[in-house]
Amino acid sequence: MNQSARNGWLLSLPALILLVVGAAGPLLIVAVYSFLEPGDFSGVEWSFTTEAWFRVFFERDIFDDTVSAADAHLTILWRSVKLSLLTTLVTFVIGFPTAWFIATQPPNRRAMWLFLITIPFWTNLLIRTFAILEVIRNQGLLNSFLQWLGLIDAPIQILYTDGAVLIGMAYVYLPLMVLPLFAAIDRFDFRLIEAAYDLYASRLLVLRRIIVPIVRPGIVAGSILVFVPSLGAYVTPRILGGGKNMMIGNFIDLQFGQGRNWPLGAALSMLLLFIVMAALLAYVRVTSSEDRQNV
Amino acid sequence: MTTDTAVEAVNAARHYGQGQYAVKALDDVSLSIRKGEFFTLLGPSGCGKTTLLRLIAGFETPTSGQILLSGKDITAIPPNRRRVNTVFQSYALFPHLSVARNIAFGLEMLGRPKSEIAPRVTDMLRLVQLDQMAERKPAMLSGGQQQRVALARALAPEPEVLLLDEPLSALDLKLRKEMQLELKRLQTETGITFVFVTHDQEEALTMSDRIGVMKAGKLQQVGGPREIYNGPVNRFVADFIGETNFLTGTAAGDTVRIATGETLAVPGAGQGPVTLAIRPEQIRIADDGPLTATLTQTVYFGTDTHCHLRLGDGTDLVARLQSPPSGDVGLSAGQTLRLAPVPGSVQVLEEG
Amino acid sequence: MSERRAKPFSITAMPGFATIAILAFVLLYVPIITMVIYSFNASNSVALWGGFSFRWYAIAWENDTVQEATVRSLVIAVSAALIASTLATLAALGTTRRKKFKGQTFVYVMINQPLMVPEIVTAVALLIFFAAIKKATGYTGLAYLILAHSAFCVPFAYLPIRARLEGMDLTLERAAADLYATPFQTFRRITLPLMAPGIAAGAMLSFVISLDDVIITEFVKSAGQDTLPTYMLGQLRRAVTPEVNAISTALLGLTVLLLTAFFLLTRKRG
Repeated sequence: MNQSARNGWLLSLPALILLVVGAAGPLLIVAVYSFLEPGDFSGVEWSFTTEAWFRVFFERDIFDDTVSAADAHLTILWRSVKLSLLTTLVTFVIGFPTAWFIATQPPNRRAMWLFLITIPFWTNLLIRTFAILEVIRNQGLLNSFLQWLGLIDAPIQILYTDGAVLIGMAYVYLPLMVLPLFAAIDRFDFRLIEAAYDLYASRLLVLRRIIVPIVRPGIVAGSILVFVPSLGAYVTPRILGGGKNMMIGNFIDLQFGQGRNWPLGAALSMLLLFIVMAALLAYVRVTSSEDRQNV
Repeated sequence: MTTDTAVEAVNAARHYGQGQYAVKALDDVSLSIRKGEFFTLLGPSGCGKTTLLRLIAGFETPTSGQILLSGKDITAIPPNRRRVNTVFQSYALFPHLSVARNIAFGLEMLGRPKSEIAPRVTDMLRLVQLDQMAERKPAMLSGGQQQRVALARALAPEPEVLLLDEPLSALDLKLRKEMQLELKRLQTETGITFVFVTHDQEEALTMSDRIGVMKAGKLQQVGGPREIYNGPVNRFVADFIGETNFLTGTAAGDTVRIATGETLAVPGAGQGPVTLAIRPEQIRIADDGPLTATLTQTVYFGTDTHCHLRLGDGTDLVARLQSPPSGDVGLSAGQTLRLAPVPGSVQVLEEG
Repeated sequence: MSERRAKPFSITAMPGFATIAILAFVLLYVPIITMVIYSFNASNSVALWGGFSFRWYAIAWENDTVQEATVRSLVIAVSAALIASTLATLAALGTTRRKKFKGQTFVYVMINQPLMVPEIVTAVALLIFFAAIKKATGYTGLAYLILAHSAFCVPFAYLPIRARLEGMDLTLERAAADLYATPFQTFRRITLPLMAPGIAAGAMLSFVISLDDVIITEFVKSAGQDTLPTYMLGQLRRAVTPEVNAISTALLGLTVLLLTAFFLLTRKRG
């Protein structure tokens, strides 16, 4: 190893140690726990079994040992994936025009609009979830407003439904969609639009054939940035979804309570990690193959 | 070892990469630069001139060979312990320090007392005519002013040698001409050895005491501006510095028979095939000249008029005539002319 | 002749985009502004307006639990910001301005790992790990929280510092060496002052990120170690009082303040 590489390692070492102890290392323990037996009260017994992984997908009847799909787990998994995809879609539909709007503002005003997106981005997730809770609950702003308009007679129950979780996640993750989209549109060469109009394209065609393909890396980045934390969401579904409408994050939390099944929780954690890593890998694939094309 | 040598490179080489893929940025160069002279390294980009400069500054270590400063081997000495300062191409002014603090930096690093630094900075500011700008930050200065600060900063510690890495390339033409004179003035006033790197032959000719012409990591020729211009040793040097006409022929003693069959008197031409170089301004129109050519075009350049000519075998030549007061040299395309080189102006070149 | 003048054709205009964008900003800010307004509500209700008052700020301020949680939050955030920005500075110096070294990709992946792994997974992992250590050593102090916070703050500190270093002209350091500065002097007089805005930005981001954290804190904290966010989370489980509004608004104010400072710091680049 030459001196430059050795210095590079030495300088990075303190941060690496911190990250191994305080973040990455314990993940290995979770991986190990997912192959152990649950303890009597909580914790684990140190004997190897794949039971926890089996129980993620299947359940065994207590009496006759027949095996069937673990409906409860699969429902929660499916709800998590479905809500995350819907959140991604909703934030894109709202976020793309918003990012476009910011990027096409005159430069002096652009910074102001961008700052307005950044404030919620950095504001505590809990606070934002709490703020949207205040709006959508039965006596909240939304129901009062709708009643005042005369559209509804009695408050509609939004809180503690999947809809509430969707609204909440779309609300808290919207800035994560807008920021990378803005970055991509901001780099966009607007002379290309002039050229497209010059060649008789309509507005819709310009959007579909020129703009969207060119800013695609930004669309992919935004989608990943929204999808990944949505899938692992914990605070927002806990507050807005109530006890029934759990997502996988809350279900994992539940397994680590007293008298629960730690190995199952560990296996579910690993599963969540795998899905997220697969999404990230797909993202890297897409963007790096696009980089190659653009060279 | 003579003490009037400021910098010496002894078989200095710098290779990048290894084995057969190695790029020889500098290929076994030996050179000595005298104390107090304005020495210019001239050559096209990639010729190794900047590499040689960086070896002298100490930013790179030679793959083989030595660098001597005042006769002492400094090859292994880090840049911060060499009494050599550099004016960087990008100036490299510290953006967070004022002009005065930039200039004081080297003296502070040398541990000079404040009482010495302050007047020295004032002197340097006056020397580069920036007395009013002492407290400004570099970003608030124009390109020309930044250039002067970079110069003052490098001169302040009174280095044994000042290295200048194409410092004028970022300036516009008018400013560049001014700075050329300014640099020459500073060099004369301070008496410091300047090693100047450029690809601009005119810059090299106007400022230098001596010039080293480089190509492909090798030194081609070292000499005074007149020597280099009037006596280029090879085709590359002749072509790179100024415009030149090349003729090929066969030498026989003091005459050369060129491809058209005509014979030129070239004292000491030697024997066998040779390449001759004749500068455009050294060609005269003379009724008794040895060469016959057809005028293809005249191009008016103000003080000069360039006559494009073709010899009998199709070789193209350019002759530069001083424009007469009327501006019209009185020649027309298609005309047949007889030409004569000014005696003693025809150069016999080595192959290269 | 028609009185109507044709609207000038705009290259960048897309039908409905501006409307959706304005609507998005309204939707983004209505809940936040509502929350801020109601934090000044004099009444006990979070829904009915009973006049302007600082009453809930006073109540929150006098609440011992809130006070303790605030101090704890600040202690953790300041420690995490200091540790994370120091280590991130070293790592950034190690991973920029030199030829890419073997294993550098591993360093990148490790540093950015907290951004990729779902927080709930890390939280669970730390719960298991620290539970074992707590049992073995008997120590249940703040160090666990500080360690965990420092770790997930590293990537946030690293990004602006690295960006700053990469934008830095390497000839400046060469110029310093040329002017007789030793490597240490070069670092102290040139490199460090030039990277200082990046370090400050990284420390500030770390501070905000640490102050905002809920999940990892909730899983790592020992009994009675509530930070402001976990205290609020606990409150939300029960009846919501305007007190939470007041705390949220105060935290929001702090975030906006720090963000403004961050932008001012990073704007003057180079």
